[in-house]
Amino acid sequence: MSSLHKIGVFVCWCGSNIAATVDVAAVAEAMRAEPNVVYATDYQYMCSEGGQSRIREAIKEYGLTGVVICSCSPRMHEATFRKAAQSAGLNPYMVEIANIREHCSWIHKDRMDATAKAIVLARTALAKLNLNQPLTAGESNVVKRALVIGGGIAGIQSALDIAEAGYEVDIVEKTPTIGGRMAQLDKTFPTLDCAACILTPKMVDAAQNEKITLYTYSEMESVSGFVGNFTAKIRKKARHVNEDLCTGCGLCQEKCPSRKAKNEFNMGLNTRTAIYIPFAQAIPNVPVIDTEQCIHFKTGKCGLCQMNCSAKAIDFEQQDEIIERQYGAIVVATGFRPISLERFDEFGYSQNPDVVTSLEFERIMNAAGPTKGQLVRPSDGKHPHCIVFVQCVGSRDTSGCGKPYCSKICCMYTAKHAMLVREKYPDVEVHVFYIDVRTPGKNFDEFYRRAVEQYDVDYIKGMVGKVSSHGDKLQVQGSDLIADKQIIIDADMVVLAAAIEPDPEVRKIATMLTASIDTNNFLTEAHPKLRPVESPTAGVFLSGVCQGPKDIPETVAQASAAAAKVIGLLAKDKLKRNPCVAHSDEMLCNGCSACEKVCPYGAISYMDKEFRVPGPKRTEIRRIAVVNEAVCQGCGACTVTCPSGAMDLKGFSTKQIMAEVDAICR
Amino acid sequence: MPATEKELAETIRRISGVDTRKCMKCGKCSGTCPAFGEMDIHPHKFVSMVEKGEIDELMQSKSLWTCLSCFACVERCPRNVEPARLIEAVRLAVIRRQGENYLKADQIPELLDEKLPQQAITSAFRKYSK
Repeated sequence: MSSLHKIGVFVCWCGSNIAATVDVAAVAEAMRAEPNVVYATDYQYMCSEGGQSRIREAIKEYGLTGVVICSCSPRMHEATFRKAAQSAGLNPYMVEIANIREHCSWIHKDRMDATAKAIVLARTALAKLNLNQPLTAGESNVVKRALVIGGGIAGIQSALDIAEAGYEVDIVEKTPTIGGRMAQLDKTFPTLDCAACILTPKMVDAAQNEKITLYTYSEMESVSGFVGNFTAKIRKKARHVNEDLCTGCGLCQEKCPSRKAKNEFNMGLNTRTAIYIPFAQAIPNVPVIDTEQCIHFKTGKCGLCQMNCSAKAIDFEQQDEIIERQYGAIVVATGFRPISLERFDEFGYSQNPDVVTSLEFERIMNAAGPTKGQLVRPSDGKHPHCIVFVQCVGSRDTSGCGKPYCSKICCMYTAKHAMLVREKYPDVEVHVFYIDVRTPGKNFDEFYRRAVEQYDVDYIKGMVGKVSSHGDKLQVQGSDLIADKQIIIDADMVVLAAAIEPDPEVRKIATMLTASIDTNNFLTEAHPKLRPVESPTAGVFLSGVCQGPKDIPETVAQASAAAAKVIGLLAKDKLKRNPCVAHSDEMLCNGCSACEKVCPYGAISYMDKEFRVPGPKRTEIRRIAVVNEAVCQGCGACTVTCPSGAMDLKGFSTKQIMAEVDAICR
Repeated sequence: MPATEKELAETIRRISGVDTRKCMKCGKCSGTCPAFGEMDIHPHKFVSMVEKGEIDELMQSKSLWTCLSCFACVERCPRNVEPARLIEAVRLAVIRRQGENYLKADQIPELLDEKLPQQAITSAFRKYSK
């Protein structure tokens, strides 16, 4: 190999993280004997200022052309070491990391074996470094506009904060109004202020903010591009009501004769008309026609809404509209829904209307809900005298019927429901079956204790085994573990704290954004502790329950954090691009298009180019692949697809990877 | 040499295939059990005692013979702990001691009830002469 290389090797102890299992001095010693290595040392914390200055000094003193750092994962500190090398005049892409922590010391016990493996990993990094070329990162522009997907409290908060910093923001919301789940809630814990009272002013703020554009009743069609330069297509579904003309008088709703559709906003507890505004404070205050229910769309007759609309806003001919826009950053705030309880027959949810979910109960308790806030049984409208709450229905469930995680919000909202019932109706007996009561959070445990101590809510440690109908009563059979008894309660209503899951739409969105998602459909954060609001996909940020179960205070905090990250990105005029991108050797390319088909970013196109050839023709036109370096993300899909070996990845060339394999097998 | 209680607990876990550590102590098994009133040691406690290795006491318990093997606890356990399998395993440990299996093979055909699940039939036979 090139004898021009002068390479320094730096072995980090990482305190005892590495040094307890790997003989770091032996690794340095072994590396010193390798060809091209002119300097090798070990140090307690390579990432510290002391460690970094050792790297900088060695680069200058020995005239190093490349550096191998044996330390933690490159995900942790590659950027740190590249910066240090650059400040000493070395090209940052002449730094290679041998991961001897996660890949070695943390997973091995035997010191001899771990040391031997660390040496192999160091040699592997050296073998690659010997073939490294200095790379220079290009620059790209940043579009100063953000897209927020989801118009619940998370999306609204993110958008307001981004707009506050002076940037344009678009909110895309699939339902006819912004507000999300929070709009459905009655009171909010732990202070019991009414959800609408604190949410609707924010909705109005979002609507009136001149920097914010709302696309309600709209869905994401596609996203392409990359950080700073996303192109999104938004499908603005036909409302069949002209938003500019409609005055929101609601007369159409009153006249509509089709009244059988399940009211989604009230969790199906009552019905709504075919032309409807989801709730009184909806934003925009413009109805939408449910074409599956509308008599005009089904039979061509009726048209009562159109006849009665003095603003002439009803437009049966309206079509979906596709809006295409550029964005610098995207915030995902797609939220959640309660899980389906069809696999929990033991609670009789599908058989008995008086067995309800907590979100349904929330609507029953809400003054604007189907019962106008009167606590009555859905089956017969009678006032209940005994209510049983069951927690952890489908949460912490590894049997396959539910979700393995804790849904986090149920303990608190159940305490809230129990307390509100006892406050408004002291005659109602309230029992709560719990497995554990989890109330970490400011004033949270105090809140739960108030339910027990002040409102006499009966908390029973145990789980309900089955709920069955006996006359007009619900017989609840469960265990009281403290008393070691099986108890039976004759209840009038049963409220199930159903687990929550990410809105299923998020899968489609994640695929569009190439943002990673876990087995429970929660979006993955770039680092669980240190980068909690960023997706590993650059330029994509996470807000609210799409990332993990959260209550409202946490959602709002995360939404603002995501906004801060977006603002930080949009404040930049230029972004440094990743120089490790694909490029095609035009002399080898046979123009087969295989790479173009696999590229997930649409970075590869084809062109016809004139080549000089031997023989009388002198030149010929050939079709060759061209990579748009601004769009390429360096995933390498094209390099493994290319049948002629023309496509290669800068910084991760096939030759370099083969050299690494050879070094391991040496 | 008779097995120690610790070895016995290990055997119970092995033959039942149940990992008692998965139990989150919610008590749904006991909340669901139709034979709860007939038992001295209730399903959730049974799981906890296997976990702690208190097998001798379990082998003396009435629950071994009053469990219906209906598998409601298995069906409804949110953690896949399968308490009925543990009870079955302890029952086996009792029966397998020399001279304790009183049921004779030729008695079986007349006792068959085709509506019961296979495993329930087997465990019913094991309890039969008790």
